[in-house]
Amino acid sequence: MKILVCITHVPDTTSKIQFTDNNTKFDKNGVQFIIGPYDDYALARAVELKEQLGASLTVLNVGEADTEPTLRKALAIGADDAIRINAFPKDSLFVASEIAAIAKENNYDLILMGRESIDFNGGMVHGMVGQLLGMPSVSPVMKLDIEGDTVKMAREIEGGKEYLEAKLPLIAGCQEPIAEWKIPNMRGIMSARTKPLNVIEPSQNQSATAVVEFKLPPAKGAVKLVDKDNVEELVKLLKNDAKVL
Amino acid sequence: MSILVYIEHADGAIKKTSLEAVSFAHALAQQTGGGDVVAVGLGTIAEDQLAKAGEAGASKVLYVKDSNLDAGVIQAHADAVAQIYEKVGAETLILATSSLGSAVAARLAVRLQAGLVSNVVELPDLSSGYQVKRSIYTGKAFAVTTVDTAHKILAIKKNAIDLKTDGATASVELVSLDIAQANFATTITSTDQATGEVLLPEADIVVSGGRGLKGPENWGMIEDLAKVLGAATGCSKPVSDIGWRPHHEHVGQTGVKVAPTLYIAVGISGAIQHLAGVNSSKYIVVINKDPEAPFFKAADYGIVGDAFEVLPKLTEAIKAVI
Repeated sequence: MKILVCITHVPDTTSKIQFTDNNTKFDKNGVQFIIGPYDDYALARAVELKEQLGASLTVLNVGEADTEPTLRKALAIGADDAIRINAFPKDSLFVASEIAAIAKENNYDLILMGRESIDFNGGMVHGMVGQLLGMPSVSPVMKLDIEGDTVKMAREIEGGKEYLEAKLPLIAGCQEPIAEWKIPNMRGIMSARTKPLNVIEPSQNQSATAVVEFKLPPAKGAVKLVDKDNVEELVKLLKNDAKVL
Repeated sequence: MSILVYIEHADGAIKKTSLEAVSFAHALAQQTGGGDVVAVGLGTIAEDQLAKAGEAGASKVLYVKDSNLDAGVIQAHADAVAQIYEKVGAETLILATSSLGSAVAARLAVRLQAGLVSNVVELPDLSSGYQVKRSIYTGKAFAVTTVDTAHKILAIKKNAIDLKTDGATASVELVSLDIAQANFATTITSTDQATGEVLLPEADIVVSGGRGLKGPENWGMIEDLAKVLGAATGCSKPVSDIGWRPHHEHVGQTGVKVAPTLYIAVGISGAIQHLAGVNSSKYIVVINKDPEAPFFKAADYGIVGDAFEVLPKLTEAIKAVI
């Protein structure tokens, strides 16, 4: 069995978001980059499946050279080899069509990724890859087990979950609690240095949208504090000022 | 030009987020000098429910009455909507950003060769090209995005537009489609969904509790307040991690992102990951006994006090006015 996990290289969840170059570029200054938290869940589940089923596990990122430490970390966590598509990920379609092109050559049985990246939050790449390859795509998946060629999943829906079954090959966008995040151990970190990381130039170069400007939300005014013995005052504010009651 | 709207339903009623999508499409049609707003419903839905899409701004509702589509099989829904889109000759598809809507939209973007923008927060600016504002970095920023394709799909975020309620009742037209069996490659075997409750991702008011509540046995206070307000209940990540509350109530960066008009946080300190899930709320009330809790910086109103003391009083005070 061959598994592909697609990961994003995104700012740590505690990062302060700022922009430069006239609000056209993300300001990387002082920002720590991580494997996308949802992708990290997908990777952790893939490592478990690899151990359980004896699969090969490739990890892929569409990004420029500065994303390599993130790919190395995925190798340290348990991927066998890595692919970096050497391009700035312009939009969801761009990323999806590059992934689909690689997948077509390699015939993966299972393609996992996070439900969405935490920078652009599109949550679209898995579905696009599914359509491009003519494969089922399921997201957001919170449980995934493989029995023979059947994949049993739980998918989150508003206010609950639904249980699904499908045959391999399949693409899934993952989220917690599909697996516990894995922290690389020393042996993993050492071996990651020598595992193959193949850099491939983009072959599709498709995109349909472009960001022209980033904006930050307006600053929040100061909080209006109400005395704890006067909750009626809060109710009055909610009713008369905010008009939400 | 026609705009197609994919509407979702739960227990036979159209979801409010889908009605917002209809209102968004109506406003977009007005902006571009008129044109039909056609809504499409799949599965088994009461026709008087479908007609309600008219009140929200649809001129026509196409109803694919097919019990095979009752379950939200992603590929099958995508195929049905694509067929309708082509039949109508639409140029734009509007839908709500949701568990099913987003999954369907992604497949359709490829199939219809349409530029797709998700988490759209306001009507497009058509003054120079086609610019759409969307929420990114989990609500911490926005990106103004141009769509370069003739066909467009906009997945809109909750509260992107005020719901229109004064439209005329729409005519409902039955349509039958031939959906290839290959689109049912995934089978939904069962669902496990809270019923009769206000669903968190769609709620207008949310009451959330954190570790400050000290244990799951104290959640009655949160539920009481939520009941009075007709609100959904949520929780912080630590609370769902230790199993006090189910995962689908976890509000935050890696949980549910909410966009209610009122968010009440009780005993939650306000870690940046939690704030990322609530920063699209219109008003935030924070109740916390620690005056230094970072959540107060993100709040509109606050009470520094013990939840066990404040919450019952607040519930009573609200009961008295509504």
